[in-house]
Amino acid sequence: MTRQAAAEQVAGDFYTRHFVEPGPREDTLILNMGPQHPSTHGVLRIVLELDGEYILRAEPVIGYLHRMHEKMAEVKTCLQYMPNMGRVDYLHPLAWNWAFVGAVERLGEIEVPERAEYIRVITVELNRITSHLVWWGAYILDLGAFTPIMYAFDDREYLLDLLQIPTGSRLTYSFFRPGGVSTDLTEDFLKGVLEFIPYFRSRLPMYKDLVTDNIILRKRIEEVGVIPLEVCRRYGATGPVLRGSGQPYDVRRAEPYSVYDRFDFEIPTDEKLDAMGRYRVRVAEMEQSMRIIEQAIEGLPEGPHIVKGAPKPKWKAPKGEAYFAVEGARGKIGVHLVSSGKANPYRLKLRSPTFSNMSLFAEIARGTLLPDAVAILGSLDLVIPEIDR
Amino acid sequence: MSIPIIPVELIRIIVALGAVGAFVGLNGLVLVYVERKVAGHCQRRPGPFEVGPHGLLTPLADALKLVGKQLFMPTGADPWLFWLAPIVSFLPVLLLFLPIPFSPVLTGMEVHLGILFILAFSGINVLALCLAGWGSNNKWALLGAGRAVAQSVAYEIPLLLSLLAVIFMVGSLNLSEIVRSQGSWPWQWHICTQPLAFLIYFTCAVAEVNRNPFDLPEAESELTAGFHTEYSGMAFGLFFLAEYMNMIIVCSIATVVFLGGWQGPFFSGALWFFAKMYALLFIIIWFRWTYPRVRFNQLLNINWKWLLPLGLANLLVTAFLMKIF
Repeated sequence: MTRQAAAEQVAGDFYTRHFVEPGPREDTLILNMGPQHPSTHGVLRIVLELDGEYILRAEPVIGYLHRMHEKMAEVKTCLQYMPNMGRVDYLHPLAWNWAFVGAVERLGEIEVPERAEYIRVITVELNRITSHLVWWGAYILDLGAFTPIMYAFDDREYLLDLLQIPTGSRLTYSFFRPGGVSTDLTEDFLKGVLEFIPYFRSRLPMYKDLVTDNIILRKRIEEVGVIPLEVCRRYGATGPVLRGSGQPYDVRRAEPYSVYDRFDFEIPTDEKLDAMGRYRVRVAEMEQSMRIIEQAIEGLPEGPHIVKGAPKPKWKAPKGEAYFAVEGARGKIGVHLVSSGKANPYRLKLRSPTFSNMSLFAEIARGTLLPDAVAILGSLDLVIPEIDR
Repeated sequence: MSIPIIPVELIRIIVALGAVGAFVGLNGLVLVYVERKVAGHCQRRPGPFEVGPHGLLTPLADALKLVGKQLFMPTGADPWLFWLAPIVSFLPVLLLFLPIPFSPVLTGMEVHLGILFILAFSGINVLALCLAGWGSNNKWALLGAGRAVAQSVAYEIPLLLSLLAVIFMVGSLNLSEIVRSQGSWPWQWHICTQPLAFLIYFTCAVAEVNRNPFDLPEAESELTAGFHTEYSGMAFGLFFLAEYMNMIIVCSIATVVFLGGWQGPFFSGALWFFAKMYALLFIIIWFRWTYPRVRFNQLLNINWKWLLPLGLANLLVTAFLMKIF
């Protein structure tokens, strides 16, 4: 067999119908969902093979938003690279901030003041709530209801205004520094957070009545997109997708980092394994995040917000490698940093949770209806820039 | 010298058609405004506010924009079917308003088989959606058209059955007759004698005009825009207008058949008719900005497993009671 023929056979082609394993039927419809489609939320492209509206085959095609984040790390110093981390996942950028500075701190053996750790916990958990709120609104939008996203954004707006105080930006934060955070928390911020928590707790029952208990929504997502635990394990799914499949795995508990072992919070899981399960896990996580924030504000110690002698932009990481993982809104974020002793890292590997979570879509979507596929895709909470990096 | 005799009825029809045209245009603008304002207030924002006082001229700006846009046809589309579809969708709408009795005087044409007339012509809309989907050379549009046909054909049956129950009681297909058979107070309307028929009718009506939660033919988050994916400018505008007009038609029929038409407490006239009709329209718009969309198999299950048997049972019970009393 020539090399080209072999390549063709391995690759398979939806247009010439040249598959490694021949399709079951010849009378099917090939449909491009994306890269511009309202419910792929970005430039994810999914090639669907349809029989009527039943999906015989679904193949995600990624790479439309590849920005070479890993390569960029090799031509910048560690501190110059910080703004990139705010742009990998635009919905939960502080978790990526943390994963990167965590790896740098582990490599450079930098001490972090206790106050900085608490500030990190507070801001990351607030950011987690905003991320879940965007997911919640956009998911209901996928299912055809236009209004809830406005309510979600209303609450998120409150949090963005708050996070703007210490971080200085609203979406792509680069707030953390190796050895602490860039600015200290102000009284305004803490007061705002303490006001927000009871307000948001009073909103959650309304969301439950208006949306979660809605019979149309429940019929749409209950028993749809059942992901068995074994599938999660095979694809390396983490975060709410894994917890929605009944596995209480959370990096904050499984590999405790920072000061998370001091807080009392639960890991919500769901035994139904369906899209509704993942929905419930995320809503419960917002409540747990508020619990963590309350405890963190109560125990916020005095002290410096950044360690003395924290790395400067031209700081050289010592030779060696370090890995640091945090729990993002979408799952386990891992940063593997290898340094050869120069100012620029030798290699940086970003482990994005959405990539693994999206990979199982092809298997789960097979045999479902097109609207169900949209419901499943939404329930995975994909952020496309994070997949492509 | 002899003056050619023009039949009075012909003049009346021509005047009525002109009036209906004006009515359609005006109500289209009003409904666009109402929809956007209701959407705004449902979503905790004021809605359009820039053009004119309280955004009152926004629909005019929308219409101007649509008229000014380029009419675009994708390559490989069937030009005849593609351009025919919006026209086929819109033209029957003008006819549909003729037999509707807005008031004893404001009736375009007394048609003895008024309901039959309206139902027959409103069926043409399905054909238009089918042509649009087929002629567009677009797979999303094709899927949307398939959904539209399955949905409209299925929901027409219980819709007919629910209307038949009232027609049995009145013994006439003439819309004015049906109004006259009801009194001016709400408990004298057919909604009280036939509540189940009203519920079935209203559910089917929402599905028939493709509105949320049954807006599957144009399900935005699934099919991008469904059957009108490839239409731009006024071609899209005609579909849009036809959808709104069909909403008005189904609400008018509901008003005539179930809510006593132009009759109401204290006085009767077109004012009552429009008040009832717009209240129903408001409910349909409210649905859209509140509920998620159902899935297609659920949609058909609701029809075949619930609405159709219920409609049949309702009709049988009505016939049985009519026979006894």
